[in-house]
Amino acid sequence: MTTNMAKNPYQQVPDAEGRFGVYGGKFVAETLMSALADLEALYRRLWADDAFRAELDADLKHYVGRPSPLYEARRWSETVGGARLFLKREDLNHTGAHKVNNTVGQALLAKYMGKQRVIAETGAGQHGVATATIAARLGLECHVFMGEEDIRRQALNVYRMKLLGAEVIPVTSGSRTLKDAMNEAMRDWVTHVDDTFYIIGTAAGPHPYPMLVRDFQSIIGRETREQCLEQAGRLPDALVACVGGGSNAIGLFHPFLADTEVAMYGVEAGGLGVETGKHAAPLSVGTPGVLHGNRTYLMQDEDGQIQHTHSVSAGLDYPGVGPEHAWLKDIGRVNYVSADDDESLAAFHALTRLEGIMPALESSHALAYAARLAADMSPDKIVVVNLSGRGDKDIHTVAEIDGIEF
Amino acid sequence: MSRIAERFEALAAKGRKALIPYIVAGDPEPGATVNLMHALVAAGADIIELGVPFSDPMAEGPVIQLAHERALEHGTSLSDAMAMVSEFRQQDADTPVLLMGYANPVERMGYANFADRASAAGVDALLTVDLPPEEVAAVNKELQRVGMDNIFLIAPTTPGERIQQIADSASGFLYYVSLKGVTGAGHLDSAEVAGRLAEIRACTNLPLAVGFGIKDADSARAVAGAADAVVVGSALVDAIAGQLAAGADLEQAKQQAQDLLGAIRSGIDSL
Repeated sequence: MTTNMAKNPYQQVPDAEGRFGVYGGKFVAETLMSALADLEALYRRLWADDAFRAELDADLKHYVGRPSPLYEARRWSETVGGARLFLKREDLNHTGAHKVNNTVGQALLAKYMGKQRVIAETGAGQHGVATATIAARLGLECHVFMGEEDIRRQALNVYRMKLLGAEVIPVTSGSRTLKDAMNEAMRDWVTHVDDTFYIIGTAAGPHPYPMLVRDFQSIIGRETREQCLEQAGRLPDALVACVGGGSNAIGLFHPFLADTEVAMYGVEAGGLGVETGKHAAPLSVGTPGVLHGNRTYLMQDEDGQIQHTHSVSAGLDYPGVGPEHAWLKDIGRVNYVSADDDESLAAFHALTRLEGIMPALESSHALAYAARLAADMSPDKIVVVNLSGRGDKDIHTVAEIDGIEF
Repeated sequence: MSRIAERFEALAAKGRKALIPYIVAGDPEPGATVNLMHALVAAGADIIELGVPFSDPMAEGPVIQLAHERALEHGTSLSDAMAMVSEFRQQDADTPVLLMGYANPVERMGYANFADRASAAGVDALLTVDLPPEEVAAVNKELQRVGMDNIFLIAPTTPGERIQQIADSASGFLYYVSLKGVTGAGHLDSAEVAGRLAEIRACTNLPLAVGFGIKDADSARAVAGAADAVVVGSALVDAIAGQLAAGADLEQAKQQAQDLLGAIRSGIDSL
C-alpha cells in the first residue's frame, strides 16, 4: 500500500488568499485590509493554542451549556413515515440558537485583541442577541445593526438586546433587512476600525470570517458525529440544515464532509416559491458575484444589482450565502434545495404539536425538507436535522399569519 | 500616454492642482448626467469621477447612498453609465473620465467585455472600492489590454510595505482616502494627511489625489498643498440634491454645483 495518502481536501480550504475554489476572498475597501490581516494572524495563532481552545471549550460547556442533545423525534418520525429523524438541539443553547457558538469564540478574539467595542449585524435578531449577551458578560460596548423591517417583525429580540445593554441601530437603507444591516455594520467598522471588533454572524463576509465562523460552529458537527455513533452505532445517512448565510449548516456539515456515505442537504428559503422570484435561494437559482467581501452565489439582476429577497423567516432573508457553500455546491458534495414559506410553517406546527418543541422559522425550513426526504427512505435510515434555534421569537409572526392579534 | 497622465503632466507644468468632482451616473435622473458633466468641466473640473450605481454601496456615507438609490430608481446600470460617457465624449475629447464603483456590476458584465466597452465609450480608468490588490489581477489584465488606468485606494490604515505593493501595480494616479470612514464623513485631519502623502511619495512618482471628507474651499485648500488632486463628492451631490429638494429646477441645481466647484477651484488655485 502506498503511504502517500490523499489529504482530506475539505481541510485544505480556504487557501492562503481565503478562497474556496473560486469563491471567498477579501473584497473590501482598503481601509479594512489591515484589520483583516491582523485578525487572521491572531486567529491562526490562537486556534492552534491549547490554552485558548481550553478557554473556549470551558465557555461552551459552562456558559452555553454544551454539548447540546441529539434527540430522536419518534412521534414526528412516525407521522412522517420512513427514516428515523434525529434533531440536533441547538435551540437549547443559551440564548436559544446556534449563533452563540460563534459569538463566544469571536468575543474571545476581541478580548485577546484588546478591543472594547463590538458591532454586529442581525436579521432575525438571534445573532444580535447572542452578541449582546456575550458583550454584557465581558463588559464590552455593543452596537447591533438591524434592518427596520426586521425590527418590526422581531420586536421581542430587539427588546432583549436593549435589556442586555446593547444599542440597536435601525437601518433604513435599501431593503431594510439583513443585507443592509451588514452594509451598515461594514460602514461602522471602517469608521471605528481601531477600537472595534466586528462580530460577523454568518459564515460569509471577507476572509478570514467564513473560515473562523465555520471553525467555531463546527462544534455542532463534531458533537453530532460522536452522539450518532453512540446512540445509533453508526453515522447518519443524511444531514439537513437550513441555509441563509449558512453558519449552522457549515457547522453541522464540515466534520462529515470526508464521510462520503453521509448525504447532505442545505435548505434555502423558497419564500413564495422559487418560480415566483420572491425567495431567498441564491444557491438554487442565483449566479456567482461579489457582495459583502466575498465571491459567492447571489440573487442579482442582469446589471449586477442585488435583488430583494423574501422569506417568512428574517434569518434566511439574505441574497448571498457563505462561500464554502458555493464551493460545496459546485463540487457536488452538498445538495442545495429549498422549502417554501407554507411548508416551513406547516413543519413549525407539526414539530410543536408532535414533539413539544417549537422550532425557529429558519430551522423549520430544514424540518420541512427533512420530512420530504425521510418519507422516501427506509426505516433503517437515519436523518439528522439541525434544529438551529427555538421558535419563541417567531410566535408573533406565526400569530399574525394565523390572523391573531395580541 | 493615457489621457489621465497627460492631464496631470499639463497641470504640473502650470503648477496647478487637479480638481476631481464625483457625481453618480443617473442622479438625479439619467437625462441630467451628461449635461452636469459638461457643467462641472466649465466650472473648473480637470477629471470627472462618475459613480456607477450599486444596490449595496458599502463605502458610502448617507448622501451618496441616497444618490445611488435615486439612480437605481431610474434603473441606471453600468451600461448606461458607459453610454453617458460616450455621449459626453461627443463634445469633450480631452477631460479624463473615470468610473468609480463596486466589483459586482463589473464582474457581472465580465471583465473583458467591460474593458472593451468602457474603452470604446471613452472611459479612461476604473476605480473599484472593493477590489483591493489581492483581488484585482484579473480585471487589471483586461484594463491594461485596452490601455485603461486602474486607480487604487490607499487608506490611513495601509502599512508602509503595502503602499509600495499598491504603487507598483497602479497607474494614472493614486487615491488617498483621507480618513477612516465612509464618503462625506466630517473628521478630516489635514496635517495627518500631509504626513501620509509624504510617506506615499517616497514609494511612487504617480500623482496623488485626496478624497473623502473634502466639502468646501477651506478643506480642499488644506489638503491640496500636499496633494496633486482633490476629489469632491458628497458635498457636490448634496448641493444638487438639496437644491432639488428645496424646489429648485435642474438648471438651478446645476448652477449650485458649479458655484461650489468654482469656489473650491479658487481655493486650491490660491495656494
